[in-house]
Amino acid sequence: MATASIAIVETPLVNYALRRGDDALILGHRLSEWCGHAPMLEEDMALANMGLDLIGQARELYSYAAQAEGAANTEDTLAYLRDVRQYRNLLLVEQPNGDFARTMLRQLFYSAFADPYWRAMMGSSDPTLAAIAAKSEKESAYHLRHASEWVIRLGDGTEESHRRAQTAIDELWAFTGELFHVDDGDAALIKDGIAIDPERLRGVWSETIATVLSRATLQRPNSDWMQQGGRAGHHSEHLGHLLSELQSLQRSFPGATW
Amino acid sequence: MVSAAVDLDALRQRAWAAAATVVDPEIPVLTIADLGVLRDVTVKDSHVEVAITPTYSGCPAMNMIALEIELALAREGIAGAKITTVLSPAWTTDWMSDDGRRKLKDYGIAPPVSGGGRRALFGEQQVACPQCGSIATTVLSEFGSTSCKALWRCLDCREPFDYFKCH
Ligand SMILES: [Zn+2]
Repeated sequence: MATASIAIVETPLVNYALRRGDDALILGHRLSEWCGHAPMLEEDMALANMGLDLIGQARELYSYAAQAEGAANTEDTLAYLRDVRQYRNLLLVEQPNGDFARTMLRQLFYSAFADPYWRAMMGSSDPTLAAIAAKSEKESAYHLRHASEWVIRLGDGTEESHRRAQTAIDELWAFTGELFHVDDGDAALIKDGIAIDPERLRGVWSETIATVLSRATLQRPNSDWMQQGGRAGHHSEHLGHLLSELQSLQRSFPGATW
Repeated sequence: MVSAAVDLDALRQRAWAAAATVVDPEIPVLTIADLGVLRDVTVKDSHVEVAITPTYSGCPAMNMIALEIELALAREGIAGAKITTVLSPAWTTDWMSDDGRRKLKDYGIAPPVSGGGRRALFGEQQVACPQCGSIATTVLSEFGSTSCKALWRCLDCREPFDYFKCH
């Protein structure tokens, strides 16, 4: 890596915007990996479209994080010049695509949270976050519907598609607890009405997942053991590989444009 | 003073008219005024500022639209205009003008159906075929050739068509 990483002046608001931006960027990047490889043309376009929505959300959140930080960073330096330990995304979104069922289950778990989350954030006392939320909630509604329909089709499909969907659930389940993670900085923002308490969304998230899994004839795992660490920068080995691809151009040719 | 104010207002109107001619690069029959993307034109100290709002978070057309506005203003002799992006209030398909909806349909794209069930987890929508007008249509994919379109098919005339999604 030819270019040094940047330093971030961390405040609760900067961290908050960065974390949500990281979720959107990393999941958007994962979806973009399907481009040219999806099971059919319509799905190739759908995954690329959703990736684009998420990367667009990331850009807005990074721009706001840079503005809130008030230093020399920009949306680009935040995306391209942070190390893996400086990324604060959910472990869920960095999990590899695996097969199509795994990608759709990851998308369902995330979107079933993101959709009501952005809707609730439209009421944020921070006008920029409220504006970003108003755009994002329109997009997340489509993402949730798309993932739900596929999970039902796969679960209630053939023996093979059912088996793959259930395997994906069993493997990804432990990463869903982190969706509701709150630290002290977040708690202060929640108190000020800038952020919403994710605990408020646990009921609606569980209900969406239960509805879709039941229609898909799939089982929700019994285990309550949850893995976390992404919000503090402790990642699986997968994120480093993803970032080396995402950042390679800017690290090798700093400031390159075309 | 009065004439200066009149001049500024004339400049503002000229700038608006020029910016309003810019078309969406992905749907060239629609101008940014038809779409509701053009939000405001202001003049401060004889500098023109044009506010636009993105249709979708990741819409790749926004950079090109901003550049096209600058060029359109420059052609009108208005140099150095500032283009700003506003996020709030969030763009919605409800802002599309009636004229825009008609042009979209004539172009072969079904216009957005108001209240088109984006919210429902398993939404049912009724979209008329822009070719033959039949409502016997079915969705092929909710994600079409651009972020703003879904791919549909008419069961009567058998033609596939784009539907401008509700946002
Ligand atoms: Zn037809």
